[in-house]
Amino acid sequence: MNTATVSEDEGHQEHSEHGLSDFGYIKIAVILAILTAAEVATYFFDFGVVEIPSLLILMVVKFQIVVSYFMHLKFDSKVFSYLFVTGLVLAMLVFAAMGTSMAFWQNPSGCDASAFC
Amino acid sequence: MADTAEAETSELAYGPTDWDDHHHLPTNTGLTNEKVTMWAFLGSDCLLFGALISTYLLCRNRVGPATKGPTAADLFDIPFTSVSSFVLLMSSLTMVLAVTSIQRAEMERCKLWLLTTAALGSIFIAGQVYEFTGFYREGLGFTTNISSSAFFTLTGFHGVHVSLGIVMLVTMWVLVTRGNLGPERAETIEIIGLYWHFVDIVWIVIFAVVYLIP
Repeated sequence: MNTATVSEDEGHQEHSEHGLSDFGYIKIAVILAILTAAEVATYFFDFGVVEIPSLLILMVVKFQIVVSYFMHLKFDSKVFSYLFVTGLVLAMLVFAAMGTSMAFWQNPSGCDASAFC
Repeated sequence: MADTAEAETSELAYGPTDWDDHHHLPTNTGLTNEKVTMWAFLGSDCLLFGALISTYLLCRNRVGPATKGPTAADLFDIPFTSVSSFVLLMSSLTMVLAVTSIQRAEMERCKLWLLTTAALGSIFIAGQVYEFTGFYREGLGFTTNISSSAFFTLTGFHGVHVSLGIVMLVTMWVLVTRGNLGPERAETIEIIGLYWHFVDIVWIVIFAVVYLIP
């Protein structure tokens, strides 16, 4: 392997480690803007039963794009992904625990949070 | 020998300044401790916002037994909040452009993007203050009912995060302007950027779950 080949290989490695070019980031921002416009459209138009699922899907996609590209998780060490995903999973468990406890404490009056009613 | 000792002393005093992502760092993980710490903090911050969002969702339609008044959801101005959300989203783009600028040693451009990001964050905060003022005039204060307490706590905590981010961005701008922060320490800007993107993704969740989902 000659020097030129090594340099070329390092160049590709640098690109994959550091993420996108400026133009690539601008394209990502345009995609995010379009997704946000789609979210806001659900407020002005009636999408029926698909409204909430589509909002949740759009939210997750936007979240994933920002974390992967703007926060470089797609290109960075997996250690960072593990740290962040651990926090996310614990947060979802907190939500599940709170939701479950509220359902568990449901009272016959129809209020589903006896502590507040 | 003396040079080696001086270099070691310098590294101990100021930390490694000439590392980049291509070299293995002298840490157990091979990653900088500052970046690992920031990711650990962001992971823990997920728990904070997870708890606050959960609380709001559970309380959003409740006003309590002895209290009255509207809920926050009754007063939302979705077009206005959509513009605020778009502004915060675009601040993530300017933040990442600041990071790539300093990595390429384009200091003037980095300063410009840092200031733009801080300005966009300030516009978002101004929008939030305007929104809160409008709610208060409509009779929705922090203690009006359970729903409003949960709403103001959630969005208020997010606003505090954004405000702290603005302070950090302005501090970075001052450091870059004075020449105290150069391309060799680009990771400092990258770490501040991670925090900024995090407040953006939290708002992505809040905007969808709190504002848009009926």
